[in-house]
Amino acid sequence: MSDMRTPLSKVRGLGSAKDGTGHFWHQRVSSVANVFLLSFFIILVISLQGADYATFIDTMQNPLVSVLMLLVILVGCFHMKLGMQIIIEDYVHNEAAKIFAVIGNIFFSSFIALASVVAVLKISFGA
Amino acid sequence: MVQLTLPKNSRMGKGKVWPKPEGATNLREYRIYRWSPDDGRNPRVDTYYVDQDDCGPMVLDALIYIKNSVDPTLTFRRSCREGICGSCAMNIDGTNTLACTKGSDEVSGEIVKIYPLPHMPVVKDLVPDLTRFYTQHRSIEPYLKTSTPAPEKEWLQSREDREKLDGLYECILCACCSTSCPSYWWNGDRYLGPAILLQAYRWLIDSRDEATGERLDNLEDPFRLYRCHTIMNCTQTCPKGLNPAKAIAEIKKMMIERRV
Repeated sequence: MSDMRTPLSKVRGLGSAKDGTGHFWHQRVSSVANVFLLSFFIILVISLQGADYATFIDTMQNPLVSVLMLLVILVGCFHMKLGMQIIIEDYVHNEAAKIFAVIGNIFFSSFIALASVVAVLKISFGA
Repeated sequence: MVQLTLPKNSRMGKGKVWPKPEGATNLREYRIYRWSPDDGRNPRVDTYYVDQDDCGPMVLDALIYIKNSVDPTLTFRRSCREGICGSCAMNIDGTNTLACTKGSDEVSGEIVKIYPLPHMPVVKDLVPDLTRFYTQHRSIEPYLKTSTPAPEKEWLQSREDREKLDGLYECILCACCSTSCPSYWWNGDRYLGPAILLQAYRWLIDSRDEATGERLDNLEDPFRLYRCHTIMNCTQTCPKGLNPAKAIAEIKKMMIERRV
């Protein structure tokens, strides 16, 4: 009211970002992938129930299991990053806090993803 | 962060209980949100008793009864009283709808509770300030845009293409859907909201329009379009039975279609 800008100027704001479809598309594709990957992960965990250390290492060293585990981690973390960003944009309205949270989200997801990848690779290349 | 508590001057106070009309046998209790910019008081909920035998069947009839017979200061918008102007959109019994098409007997429970449309600045009582909503409608350029020189008569459209506008052209811009949408509550300054996006889609699929790409460019934005998380309050509340959530999904499909 007090800033004297017209309503149209406020509504148009900084204009369209001409972006967002990529984010939307990636989130849908990664969720479809997660249906299969997380099913695989759950089946793997159930099948390894009660297994001893050697059996576990042996299973994880199977190349197919390794590749699928890497996909579980990478696709899962990517999807987590996309989803968290939406939540931040929805609810964090302070511009500085929002940027900080969005950057933190990228750092956190990347770190979790790479730390998990290193663990899988270490096992599959046989420590 | 999103503000979850009301500021001090918006907290609800105790309202007045207005006297029951004399000699009435069929009374219904109405609790109505009151706020005036002139008296410096916090909002409150007043209690009114309406003689249902002396008043029409709709909630709007009861509001008019109250204004005429009980309290002339009660302020609300109304015009057509037949669900085509959208003026009397308000929150009745917890759902945004048109007071003129909502029957008092459709409200279960003894008391009919009436509030203005949620999360909009209030001008007075049940009158919200819809300036931004109308401006957002203006921003999508809701009219036919063409580059081809206009034909001598009308722009032609096949029956099939005309049918694509069914379920869209009926929108009366009452704002029930947009003000029921949590995404619009939290980000209404940037998110266009269901009503405006349904209107945008109405022009996107109009076979006579030649600015589809520009229109999509204008909407392709993480906030303008992609704040819709298919919560579906819009479709559930629409007093005209339209489906804004589907229209938004169709816009997203068009966005994907032009890049994949």
